[in-house]
Formats: sequence, structure tokens, C-alpha cells
Amino acid sequence: MSLWKIAWRSVQQRSLSSLLTGLSMALGVALVIMVLVVYGAVEQQFRQGGEGYHLIVGAKGGKLQLVLNTVYHLSQPIENIPYSYYKEFTEGKFAAFTEVVVPCCMGDSYLSGGQTYRVLGTTTDMFDRLVYGKNSDGSPRQYTFQAGRNFKSANFFEAVIGSVVAAKTGLGVGDSFQPAHGIVEEGDEAHEHQAFKIVGVLGPTGTPNDRAMFVNMEGFFLLEGHAKEAPPEESPAEKKDHDHDDHDHQAHDHPASDGTAEAHDHEGHDHPPAADKHDDHAHHAHAHHDHDHDHGHAHQPLPESQREVTALLVLLKNNLFSQGLFTRINEGQVAQAVFPVTEVETLLTKFVGPIQTVLLALTLLIIVVAGIGIMVSIYNSMSERAHEIAVMRALGAGRVTVLAVVLLESIIISLAGGLAGVVIGHGAIGLMSPYVLAETGVLLHVLSFQQQELVLVPGLVLLATFAGFLPALAAYRTDVARALIARP
Amino acid sequence: MLELSGLKKSFVEPNGATLPILDIPQFKVAAGEQAVIRGRSGCGKTTLLHVIAGITHPDAGSVTIDGVDVTRLPEAGRDRFRAEKIGYIFQTFNLLEGFSALENVLLGMAFTRGGADRGRACELLEQVGLGHRLDHRPAKLSVGEQQRVAVARALANRPRLLLADEPTANVDPGNQQQLVDLIREHCQSEEVALLLVTHEPTVAEQFSRVESLESFNQAVAS
Ligand SMILES: Nc1ncnc2c1ncn2[C@@H]1O[C@H](COP(=O)(O)OP(=O)(O)OP(=O)(O)O)[C@@H](O)[C@H]1O
Ligand SMILES: [Mg+2]
Repeated sequence: MSLWKIAWRSVQQRSLSSLLTGLSMALGVALVIMVLVVYGAVEQQFRQGGEGYHLIVGAKGGKLQLVLNTVYHLSQPIENIPYSYYKEFTEGKFAAFTEVVVPCCMGDSYLSGGQTYRVLGTTTDMFDRLVYGKNSDGSPRQYTFQAGRNFKSANFFEAVIGSVVAAKTGLGVGDSFQPAHGIVEEGDEAHEHQAFKIVGVLGPTGTPNDRAMFVNMEGFFLLEGHAKEAPPEESPAEKKDHDHDDHDHQAHDHPASDGTAEAHDHEGHDHPPAADKHDDHAHHAHAHHDHDHDHGHAHQPLPESQREVTALLVLLKNNLFSQGLFTRINEGQVAQAVFPVTEVETLLTKFVGPIQTVLLALTLLIIVVAGIGIMVSIYNSMSERAHEIAVMRALGAGRVTVLAVVLLESIIISLAGGLAGVVIGHGAIGLMSPYVLAETGVLLHVLSFQQQELVLVPGLVLLATFAGFLPALAAYRTDVARALIARP
Repeated sequence: MLELSGLKKSFVEPNGATLPILDIPQFKVAAGEQAVIRGRSGCGKTTLLHVIAGITHPDAGSVTIDGVDVTRLPEAGRDRFRAEKIGYIFQTFNLLEGFSALENVLLGMAFTRGGADRGRACELLEQVGLGHRLDHRPAKLSVGEQQRVAVARALANRPRLLLADEPTANVDPGNQQQLVDLIREHCQSEEVALLLVTHEPTVAEQFSRVESLESFNQAVAS
């Protein structure tokens, strides 16, 4: 009869307290597993968001703001850069280095069911020529459409929506939606724009793009308030940028000032919206387009002098160009460039990492408390077991043997609880998974075991050894002669 | 086979006074011999068995079993020696509650070099008349049956010496005789020396050698 069996018998003998202490261990371990798996998925989503291109170019200012806006569709809106600067990448001085440049125009949103979804104006290249992240076999992940197709460049008022947006709003191919100017929150009274027709729903990517809506940039430019006031005269790019910056702040033309203006409007005076309206009317004149027509091809594109974009996603011909281009852009006056991968990594280590560490520490604490529970429960049983331990000693068991039996008992409860915890944890993730996918686009796999889980086994054995040590020591010290005489 | 010489053991009372319990100049049991030890309650019979089994360390003297002075062995050596050479039956509560009758016997074999021998365990339980109770927990066995399991367990490792501390005290008279016969037969057939402590005159009178502890223990005599 092995020591395991002997230990197992005494676990069985005190089945209720073994079950309860094992259960507390299971809960602790399940929580750790859930934190690990959820954060593993979150981390992967974070990483994937910044993969697939080399640089993000946007207005000078906070790097984090630029990444948050461009990659994660979050944070306060940022300023724009001139359209002419975008052209530098497609046909100007930077064109020789670039493989694909995808412009992103931001500042609009769509409110549904209390959720705000960002609406981005972009080009078809976003889905046709960019990839996101890598598969486990190293192959790039292409954007796919679970319904419909990509929008067409020629159809200005076509749109594509992310999988989470589709699931949450119920919008689908053939539906139309009207983006609102600014990043509207619930309760805001927003200007609603002309409608875009949804022609495609993206397959789940596990990136923040699942939560965004993409419209043809040409249509985006034609929306109320999106055209820049026509400059009095054509000016060189550098100079124009300065103009633009000053001008922006006064004319409510960039999303940030617009958004805040809207918010203020609600609290009191009604004057600014009137000013906005006036502004818009001016743009109508410039754009020469009629709102009553809703066929995309009927519209005239906005003149380039009145366009601006918020960010550029730049895929280079060769990774070797990235540092040089990075430096050139940042030395210039117009824009800044950031490495998304670097920024995402910073974001992870600065924000996601510490939160995970805190959560892990808390859940690990639960495991430690469970370990203490096991210790207390076994220790409390030691006095009533003194006689049985003495009998084993009389049968020839050594001190070390009875010590080992008690340690094994603690290890059995901990490991069994721990294994149950792994099952409970992954089971809970499986149950949560459809909800989490619909809510966030993060795909949680029931069996997405994290490497850290491997530490659980030796970790639990170690913890159980500590927990079992005190009662095991009591077993070790049992006064056999006295315990044999005493009635159990 | 068993030889005690110059054996001394005393306990320190709570008030600090030393209480001599054992002082045995010489005591011998031959191989296969069966002896009864009597004595009034509290005279030190259990203590003597503990010292022989190596559970309690004497203050002085030697306990030689099969040529080995167990008092000179390190503790782990005494435990191993006890597992392999000595069988022990207590007055009550011999068995571990969580283990079946068979498992209790196997437990007796768990701490030897040879390990558990399931066949022998079953055979012994068969011999003590419990072949049909192998999987019963102690709680479901009568006291007499429990003591028979204890006999089987004490003999499992083919010991050279069986120490029995009032094994029949809690058994009703009908089963008492059966149990004594069982112990004696097995000791005889397996050539095990038996040292049996008992208060019962009906039990003691069946043995050819009956010693009163007071007769060879000077601690009591003085
Ligand atoms: N660990 C100990 N510490 C102090 N005194 C002890 C200890 N163990 C036994 N004694 C004392 O030693 C004496 C002998 O005890 P022991 O159990 O050997 O008697 P016994 O002859 O077996 O009695 P009984 O017939 O009642 O079983 C008793 O007075 C007891 O109180
Ligand atoms: Mg006694």
C-alpha cells in the first residue's frame, strides 16, 4: 500500500472538509486561469491591432493619442494633417519607400444601443492590401468578409462594418446608417450626416477594427463639416500646414473642437450650433453637392485643397526603410511618425501589464488563502488523528513516513482542487466566450492554455508543501507511547 | 530470542519527582516461546512492551531481539526493525477507521522492505475467519472481529516476536477464548515468540509460563 493511498484514505475519511478546502483551491485556480486566458487574449488583441504595417503618421502631438485613435479607436480625437502630405506618400517624395498607404479620416461616430462606434473614412486598400497579425503558422491574416464585400472606390457612400458592430447593432449588408459628427456619447444631440450603405461585414479579426465602421473616404469628405474652408490661394505644403493648424482651432473644423463644442451646446447657449450651420452652408456651396441625391456616383469629389486626413497607415516596401523614414517625418514640421509595434508594447507594459499583475496578485492571494484553509483543516484534525498516527508508527512507519503522508494529503487536496480549478476556469471561459466575442470581438478559446498554467502544478505542490508542513510536523512529533495509551 | 538486561525506565512526574517504572536486571523469552505477563494496573506492563518494541527508549540497559540490541539502533532503524520483526496488538482501537479490513492488514506490510503482499493478507484474513469481510470498514465489524483483523495484521510480516497488550480485554467471553486460540495457533505454526499481557485468570492459566511483572521488576518490588 503506497503512501499516496494512505494519504488518499485520510482525505476520504474527512471528505467534507477535504471537499470544501479543495473547492476553495479550485476557485482560486479558476480565477487565475481566467485572468491568464482573458489577459492573454486581450494582449493578443492589443498586439494584433498594431501589426500589419510599419508606421502610423499623424499630426504632431502625443504618440499615445495617435496610436489610441488609429489602432484602438479610442481617446480624444486628434488633429488632422494636410491631404497634400498624404500625397507625398502615394506620389511624392516618400512614395519610393511605400508599398501601401492607407489614409484614415476620423472624427465621426455612430451611436447605437448606448454604444459609440467610430466611423473611419478610408480607402479600399485598408482591407484589400493590409493584413492584421499572423496566424500561428506565421502566415499573415487577411481581412475577410463574413457577409458582402469590400466597398468600391467609385461608390462614395458605401461602408463596411466590423463584426462586433454588426452583432451589437443588428446592422447588416443592405442597411444604411448615418454617422454623426464628432464622437457622440449617449444623450448628445448629434448632427446626423447623410447615410452610408453597408455593403460588407468583416469577419471577426480579434482586433479593435471589429468595433469600427469604415466608409469610403470620398463620401466622408463630402459630409457636413468635413471639408476644410477653401484656402484663399494655393500655398506650399509646409506653409499650408501652419495655416491649417491655426485655422483649425477657430473654425470648429477638426473633430476635437467640434465634439467639445457640441457638448457645451447642451449645457446652455445655443449660439455656436447656429455658427456651425452657417459654416456648413458655406461648404455646401463649395462642394456643389445636393443632399437629396443619395446615389454615390452622382456626387462630385471634394477638391483636394479642402481635404485633410487624420492618420496614415504606412506599409513600407522594405522594413529597412522604416527607421530612415521615421526620422525624416519626425524631423519635418508637418507630422509625426510612430512605430505602432513599439507604442503598443509600451502601452502593454505601462497599462495592460500592471493591471494583469495586480489581478494575478489578487487571485494568487486567493490561492494562498485556500492553502491556509487546507493547512488549518488538516492541522485541526491532527489531535484526533494522533492515535492513528501512533498505530502506524507502531506498525513500523518512521517519523518521516507519517510526515510524508500528511504532506501528500495536503498535496492531493491542492492538486485535485487545482485541476478542478483548471477545468472550471476553462469551462467558465467557454461559457463566457460567445458573450465576450459579441461584446468585444475578443475570441476566447476554451482550450487556450497559457504557458503560465504549467507553473500551476509545481506551484501548487510547493504551496501544498508549505500548507501541509505545520500539520506534518505535528505528525512527525507525535508521542507514540502516549498516543497509543490515550483513547482516540 | 528476546533478552532484556539491566533495563531501566522512569518517568518524570509533573511535580518534578522521578517515578521509576521499570528496573529489570534480566528477562528472557526463547524463540517460539509463549509467555503471559500479569500485574496490577499501572505497574508498567504497557511501558515494558513499548520499550521492547522500541517505541519508548529506556534510560539504561539493553533489549536484544534476534541478536540485535534495538536500543542501540537509530530511531529509523528501530522503526524498520519493528516493522519487520515485531507484531503488536493493542487492547482496543487497533485499526485505522478509513481503511477496510484488508487495507488494514496491507498497511501493516507497507513499511517493510518487502512491501505489501495481497495474497498473504487475504490468506491471513481467511485464517482468522474474516475471508468474507475483506472490504468491511472497522466500524462495521464487531470488537471481536476487529481484534481478529489486528491479529492478522500483526502476523502479516512474519514477525519473530508478537507483543499483545490485553488483546481480549474488550471482547465478550465467548469470543475471548476463540481469539486466544487464534493467537496461540498462529504463533505456534509460524514459530513466533509471544508475550501476552492479560488480567484474565482464565486466559493466563492456559499458558505454561506466566510471569508477574512485579516478580522480575525491581522498580515495583522496591
Ligand atoms: N509518558 C508517560 N509519562 C509519565 N508517566 C507515564 C507515562 N506513560 C506511563 N506513565 C505512568 O507509568 C505507569 C505505568 O503505566 P503503564 O501504562 O505501563 O501501566 P500498565 O501496567 O500497562 O497499566 P494497565 O494495566 O492499566 O494498562 C503509570 O503510572 C503511568 O501513569
Ligand atoms: Mg497497559
